[in-house]
Amino acid sequence: MMGRRSVLSAAAGAALLASAALPLAAGPALAQDTIKVGILHSLSGTMAISETTLKDAMLMLIEEQNKKGGLLGKQLEPVVVDPASDWPLFAEKARELISVNEVAAVFGCWTSVSRKSVLPVFEELNSLLFYPVQYEGEESQRNVFYTGAAPNQQAIPAVDYLAEVEGVERWVLAGTDYVYPRTTNKILETYLKDQGVAAEDIMINYTPFGHSDWQSIVAEIKRFGSEGKKTAVVSTINGDANVPFYKELSNQGIEASDIPVVAFSVGEEELAGIDTAPLVGHLAAWNYFMSVYTPENEEFIKTWHAFIGDESRVTNDPMEAHYIGFNMWVKAVEKAGTTDPDAVIDAMIGVSVPNLTGGVSAMMPNHHITKPVLIGEIQDDGQFETVYETPGLVVGDAWSDFLPDSKDLIADWRKPMSCGNFNTATGKCGGKGS
Amino acid sequence: MSLPTVFASALRRLALPVLLVPLLAFALQGAATAQDDAPLRALVDSLAEGGFDGTERAVEALAATGDPRAVPVLEALAEGDLYDRKDGGGVFAGRRGGAGYILSDPLTGEAAGEVGRGGVDKIRVNNNLRRAVRAAIGGLTLRSPDPQQRLAAARAIFDAADPENLEIVEAALAEESDPAVAAVLAEARARTILESDAPPAEKIEAVETIRARGDREAMAMLAALAGAADDAVDPEVRAAAAAGVSAIEQRLALWEALQNVWYGLSLGSVLLLAAIGLAITFGVMGVINMAHGEMVMLGAYTTFLVQETIRTSAPELFGWSIWMALPLAFLVSAAVGVAIERGVIRFLYGRPLETLLATWGLSLILQQTVRTLFGASNKEVGAPEWMSGATQVGGLLITYNRLYIVIFSLLVFAALLAVLKRTAFGLQMRAVTQNRRMASSMGIRTPWTDAMTFALGSGIAGIAGVALSQIDNVSPNLGQGYIIDSFMVVVFGGVGNLWGTLVGAFTLGIVNKFLEPYAGAVLGKVLVLVFIILFIQKRPRGLFALKGRAVDQ
Repeated sequence: MMGRRSVLSAAAGAALLASAALPLAAGPALAQDTIKVGILHSLSGTMAISETTLKDAMLMLIEEQNKKGGLLGKQLEPVVVDPASDWPLFAEKARELISVNEVAAVFGCWTSVSRKSVLPVFEELNSLLFYPVQYEGEESQRNVFYTGAAPNQQAIPAVDYLAEVEGVERWVLAGTDYVYPRTTNKILETYLKDQGVAAEDIMINYTPFGHSDWQSIVAEIKRFGSEGKKTAVVSTINGDANVPFYKELSNQGIEASDIPVVAFSVGEEELAGIDTAPLVGHLAAWNYFMSVYTPENEEFIKTWHAFIGDESRVTNDPMEAHYIGFNMWVKAVEKAGTTDPDAVIDAMIGVSVPNLTGGVSAMMPNHHITKPVLIGEIQDDGQFETVYETPGLVVGDAWSDFLPDSKDLIADWRKPMSCGNFNTATGKCGGKGS
Repeated sequence: MSLPTVFASALRRLALPVLLVPLLAFALQGAATAQDDAPLRALVDSLAEGGFDGTERAVEALAATGDPRAVPVLEALAEGDLYDRKDGGGVFAGRRGGAGYILSDPLTGEAAGEVGRGGVDKIRVNNNLRRAVRAAIGGLTLRSPDPQQRLAAARAIFDAADPENLEIVEAALAEESDPAVAAVLAEARARTILESDAPPAEKIEAVETIRARGDREAMAMLAALAGAADDAVDPEVRAAAAAGVSAIEQRLALWEALQNVWYGLSLGSVLLLAAIGLAITFGVMGVINMAHGEMVMLGAYTTFLVQETIRTSAPELFGWSIWMALPLAFLVSAAVGVAIERGVIRFLYGRPLETLLATWGLSLILQQTVRTLFGASNKEVGAPEWMSGATQVGGLLITYNRLYIVIFSLLVFAALLAVLKRTAFGLQMRAVTQNRRMASSMGIRTPWTDAMTFALGSGIAGIAGVALSQIDNVSPNLGQGYIIDSFMVVVFGGVGNLWGTLVGAFTLGIVNKFLEPYAGAVLGKVLVLVFIILFIQKRPRGLFALKGRAVDQ
């Protein structure tokens, strides 16, 4: 009897585990009636602060699409999993989404390390990932569509703006110590030197994740900025470290008109935790601001507020990236007439959908999209005021022209090239550049 | 990718060369006489024309009128409160409300009705414009009756460094009664002289004035003079500037060392606050409490809740919010502490590994609970007026929030020490930790003492959270950032010794801040950790080891 009972309870336990492993929103699967869409964003752990909003945005987009009659005559069904800010868990959850839940596409990831962790899974199981966050570039993968900004769609226009409009001659490149800031700063350093900025006019500073004691670094920035030339800070400081950084800036009396800070990781969501009155005039470079006044954006904000039930919630750039990515996917699936990954991946290139800032974004052969670049100044209500906008849309460049390893590389996933890192110098696909 | 160069160059020649000349006329003329409104009104309306360039020309023109009525208009512009009516009704000051914006006349302040959000265009401002506006207001308010305003004006004139300003600066200097304003005006005068083609004798005098200012900016100015081309500068002026540079350099080196000590003390005080509760639970009781950081986090969230309540029900009490949060944060964290001790830890005394794992799990549970209740995003905890800003003491820049945290951490330390040494509860606590069985035989309720000790440690972590909410994010992850540092401080200072914690915290803070400029923040942290590992090898019990029989238990 004991034997039988333990077998039974083990079976029950396994069943329980299996049901626990079933994602939040997946009810009893009606496999043929719905198309499943995977959402792979951290809902717990350190990254939950940024990623939870994106999960909600995706749920909203799917709900809206279902109201319009779904896709290919079927309803869309969101499948939400929580990779808990744990990079290896991202890969496991991605595998679960693709092979267990059989989703047609996955929208997710925030940090580069989480994206790198899921890449092999998407390659092996041949599915689609839409990645909505600005990143360091140097990557183009067949199964991934990069709807956030590449460095040339954010960092370089921002530096151009500061140099040409504000007359900045000295640069502090301050970042958190990981791959995105390091690569971006390497690109910027080469770019600035190409523009004739002397090495002693560039100061590079890295800090650990979650750095909270900014006193000496802000003092150093102040010192660097008081030597006669107009100085600006280009900040790739990530996440939680930003609030104490800005607090210290305002406490030490550094105003935007003295030393402006342009940030690539500070958006409306991040400003929600700060009193922005002392920060007015500091800048951010994005492809979308909540304050941009277009009918599409007003509609998007209205839908978002209704969906989330809170008028005070803000929208931000990665949300717009998901909006674009999701609509592109919908269009590509309609074009292909199926959700078969190979067909959709081929159909994606060339698809264009309206973005929220009044233009039309298109998916390029390198799996990056075209976007406008907006430079905005922080206002005292926590919003940004656009002070500059690129005249046209900027095409995302997967491989930066300012890094020796990548300047000869291009990506083109159209046949017959079908290559994410084609070396124009050697004429071969694969490997790093000269 | 290139911006129109016309736009750029137009903006770059902003300074204010032309606009202060008519100001001189105004200054000599004495007070502003009420003039005809129409030309001023036309200038105000022209703020809306021609993008940033056009706005800037209008700002210059407004400043050139020398009419003080332009000041509120310029202030509203810098604040981003000016709007242009799309129906051609002109430029108005607006604020959110009603159907969209409530408008008023920027010159007179008279109400001018309401308009929907689509009915107006905001006049946009960027940093260049803000600088231009600041300079313009500076010129217009140099004779203002308010010394604060005159000080700001004098600084703006100093920053503008325009030879054209010399006469109005001298006129203002002759009449200035406030010594602080006069000092800045004298510096502004010296700077303008250096920029002009005054005779060498006057310039040498100016160099001395700038040298006396003695900060980085002064040094950069003199260095530029000392390094200028041969025929541009008189040799004597160059020599005086060079001497000035080296004098300022020496002075600054000394102040910089002092500044580092101050930064170190301030970092140390943060470490002390985070670690002092742990010095009780870990140091005195020997419990490895990985959820200590979450007690700090709970304290910070209590502050947030208190401020929210005050904001909605009694905004005038906002300055007191921190004081009200202190006892509440202590109680909240202490209550959670008691629950943890009674619910989990008391079953695990003497089993450090299990305690570690259990409290680690608790810390995750607490984090996720807070995340579920309050959301994952940062919460805004405001700083009361008296905690914002900074003061200059000689060459030292001391920010008020850091100053108060240093004082506060020392007060908390003193209070804790007093509780331990002077109260019956402190005596019982020490008795129980030194010899549990003997204390029990003497009639002390050891379980109760355990719970109260844990509550005390947790409660202090809670009030540390109130202080840390002023300098860090209030997010569910707040505690995580401090837990490693807290253990480091307690172990380094010597387990079981409060004084060790104090000295340990300040030592680590100062060492960290002296390493940071040379090694960078990342390597600096690594070096400190390596230093502690080596130190513990040498002195396993930390800086101040407890001696006596109790240690052997």
